Amino acid sequence: METGDLVIYPGEFAEIRVILAQLATEARAKLVFLVDRNGQPIASHGDNGSVDTTSLSSLAAGNVAATEGLAKLLGEREFSVLFHEGERDNIHFSIVAHRAILVVIFDHSTPVGLVRLRVRKASVQFEDVFQRIAARFQKELQPTGVISDYPFPEITDDDIDRLFSE
Amino acid sequence: MTFINYASREINCKIVYYGPGLGGKTTNLNYIYQKIHPANKGRMVSLATDTERTLFFDFLPLELGLINGFKIRFHLYTVPGQIFYDASRKLILKGVDGVVFVADSQAERFDANIESLSNLHEHLHEHGYDFATIPYVLQFNKRDLPNISPFEDLKKELWKKNEPIFEAIASRGVGVFDSLKDVTRQMLNGLRKR
Repeated sequence: METGDLVIYPGEFAEIRVILAQLATEARAKLVFLVDRNGQPIASHGDNGSVDTTSLSSLAAGNVAATEGLAKLLGEREFSVLFHEGERDNIHFSIVAHRAILVVIFDHSTPVGLVRLRVRKASVQFEDVFQRIAARFQKELQPTGVISDYPFPEITDDDIDRLFSE
Repeated sequence: MTFINYASREINCKIVYYGPGLGGKTTNLNYIYQKIHPANKGRMVSLATDTERTLFFDFLPLELGLINGFKIRFHLYTVPGQIFYDASRKLILKGVDGVVFVADSQAERFDANIESLSNLHEHLHEHGYDFATIPYVLQFNKRDLPNISPFEDLKKELWKKNEPIFEAIASRGVGVFDSLKDVTRQMLNGLRKR
């Protein structure tokens, strides 16, 4: 596996969920979720019953990537915060720990200033978790660059056929 | 960049369909979308122009099943093929785990295939990928059309690293799942070896 890959264990996942839950409460948000910068959803908290978080994650990553492209054209390193205001709901994106996107969906009863403030606090906590994930990942990498407990020791053609036949 | 979550026992991979404009990348995704059981797929998102040309990307999430108790989730993306969307194309390749190059077999698109493949090499290199090791398949699409280049001519110009080649008619589904299955096999096996 590449060192850029992201591997999360249950303890780390639980920590991420606790931070998200705390943020949702403190920022009075309807839904908060964390997305990998490449669009893979990591975890969420809140009312996502009517929201397709998979599509939202992919579009959030596309949105952030496009904005990053704009920043580079203007000579900026990144625009770390994005905010879209709707008639009913607002959406706030921020980059955390350089590798994930924190998305907060909230309505007009919550001031954006409060969301910004709470997001800053959560970002510091996420930074800490992701630093530990990265450090642990580095330690687990064997000198050959292979992870020892990779869950798929050998994939056969039958495994692949089964995957697509279901 | 693969994401393995041991808590929810999921492995997430990103596959990008690359190739020249109007070559059939979106058609590949549309066919997969039609054929996959509704329970195993999410919504297909297309960011397209008014004339249905891909503007930013098409996106199709798939949840295929279990291997060794891990749920396998794929995110399939297409890039916009038109030359002037180069910046968007580069963004979508970021974090890719496997690539399907969809070549247009029509004789008049021969040069466009070569140009697009060279563009893919360039962008992979800029993202720090080694083309020699990335899971990759080559698809010659539109084999049913009358004005196509011979297989060997396409192979001579586009076949770069002993990758599997699939002849396809994406609009009818020919070669579509063969391409996807092969890149999946390379990806899941390759993860361990990288």
